[in-house]
Amino acid sequence: MTEATSGKKSLSMTLLALGTALLLVSLYCDFTKTYSGIGAMRGAFLVIGALLILAGIYYIPTVLHHRAIINCIFLFPLLFTFAVTVIIPMFVGFFYSFTDWNGVTFTRMVGFENYAAMFKEPAFIWSLLLTVLFVLVNMILVNLVAFLLALLCTTKLKGVGFFRAAYFLPNLIGGIVLGYIWQFIFSNVLTKILSSPYSALAKTNTAFIAIIVVYVWQYAGYIMLIYINGLATVPKDVLEAAQIDGASDIMTLFKIKIPMIAATFTICTFLTLTSAFKQFDVNLALTNGVGTVRGFMGARLSNGTQMIALNIYNTAFARDQYGYAQAKAILFFIILACVSLLQVRISNKREVEM
Amino acid sequence: MKMKTSRAILLTVIAVILAAYVLFPFALVVLNSFKTQAAIVQSPISAAGASFSQFVTNLSAVVNNKNFVFWRAFGSSAIVTIISLVLLAVFGGMAAWVICRNKAKWSTAIYMVFISSMIIPFQVVMLPLIATFREVGKFVGLGMNGTLPGLIFAYCGFGGAMTVFILTGFIKGIPYELEEAAAIDGCSPEGTFFRIIFPLLKPTIVTVTILNGMWIWNDYLLPSILLGQSNPNKTLPVAVQAFVGSFVKSWDMILTAALLAMIPMIVIFLLAQKHIMDGMVQGAIK
Repeated sequence: MTEATSGKKSLSMTLLALGTALLLVSLYCDFTKTYSGIGAMRGAFLVIGALLILAGIYYIPTVLHHRAIINCIFLFPLLFTFAVTVIIPMFVGFFYSFTDWNGVTFTRMVGFENYAAMFKEPAFIWSLLLTVLFVLVNMILVNLVAFLLALLCTTKLKGVGFFRAAYFLPNLIGGIVLGYIWQFIFSNVLTKILSSPYSALAKTNTAFIAIIVVYVWQYAGYIMLIYINGLATVPKDVLEAAQIDGASDIMTLFKIKIPMIAATFTICTFLTLTSAFKQFDVNLALTNGVGTVRGFMGARLSNGTQMIALNIYNTAFARDQYGYAQAKAILFFIILACVSLLQVRISNKREVEM
Repeated sequence: MKMKTSRAILLTVIAVILAAYVLFPFALVVLNSFKTQAAIVQSPISAAGASFSQFVTNLSAVVNNKNFVFWRAFGSSAIVTIISLVLLAVFGGMAAWVICRNKAKWSTAIYMVFISSMIIPFQVVMLPLIATFREVGKFVGLGMNGTLPGLIFAYCGFGGAMTVFILTGFIKGIPYELEEAAAIDGCSPEGTFFRIIFPLLKPTIVTVTILNGMWIWNDYLLPSILLGQSNPNKTLPVAVQAFVGSFVKSWDMILTAALLAMIPMIVIFLLAQKHIMDGMVQGAIK
């Protein structure tokens, strides 16, 4: 026992010493800007050093604190990546939204200038309003289509498994690929069938409808699955009782099924809402936000079909106004946070009622 | 009885029409990847001009294109997706277990931070993320921007919250007596997790792996800004975008590329259809 403990102790000490040494060498190179020679290895030293220290901590011979050590080691990988990719950029981004950041450096703090500017930019207001319209239309359309599909797929239909899988299929493919496929359909196939010289994507109004068509086509199958899952929770005996009492199918639907899956409606509504708000891939591949709008807030716009996510992207990468784009992103976040809070409140209220 | 059958026929007809509508874009992609550009423009919906040899010609033109480099892009996508999924499952399980089995203020705090971070849209962290990766990467001498390890690192960070959320919900339901019994028998905490808890997590791991896998495989924005359009290691969605950008309206090339990009996902779906559809639902209603 004591031999094992002392063996563990020396192993632990060796690992800790070695790890610390590598880490210090690496940090020394970082701060003295020694990027050649041994400095070229500083990245590898840092990673290996950190791993050795973790291993050293793991082998510390203690029964009392072993559980606490395991807790720390188990939490470390995910918390570390999470902090570096989400938490730190979140705070950094909040700070940058008050500067004239150009992606590399910033020269001054501008206060709320970025936030004020976006409400004076017609193109951004257009994107914002268009996104809200897109979200509202899709929330209704996707849920309606998905619910009807779910009703269809819960009847005693032959080959119902095939239909479910078929309706769900578009959801598997990424928005970029789907966007190009539909661009082909709108600009080559439909023009041929309707023998019209103009693609639906050429005009702002019809291009916007085209994005909605693609979105519903892609998303309804997924929401349908959730409705099917909800409909399956309606107890069989309740439906049988209704049938014996002579309730028609329509009455069963409106008086029993829909009230009993109200929670599913809440889930699906908010799922479509947040997902439609974040719509980016299809928007980029299908229209790239292009579209002419005349006389909106006294300006002529060329971003007629550009949703907010694409607007933020272009503000940063096409116009190099990173600080301004970041401020738009923060506004986007605030809108989404409000929507999420609303969902939590509605869900909680329903649970209290039940 | 008669009414019943006529109604069943009507429902079947509706279902078939809807299925045809949902599937026709896929059929068009397959059909037109067998034709030349001229034949596609001539008549995109007829089989005229479709031949297998043309399909082979299109295929080899697309696969060997230097903007697309299909096998390389496919390899990058596969490496990034598989490694991220394994890491998320293991690290997510570890973190969820610690959060679940330690009822303290710190564990609740970590859990709440994870949950509330799920409402953060990617656009908010996108710009600072690339700046952080670039600056920190340069400072410590690790290639974070433009490399696959950097991308995998980012996916572990972004996928962590959802993974922990779903897994904690499941671990709560595992009886604690199991772990106490293991501890009495002299099992270490890490042994308890890897030998007892982790195997029990399997069905939930399948769910999170499907949810994360669909997202990571199809994701465009993160790899496009982290790797860049001209990176030799770009993932499949980025490669499609870069490829289409280089071939304006060459639909024979674009549709063949789209077909190639779709096939892996469709094959996986055919193999694990039930798991994928169940997993997507479980992820949404939790």
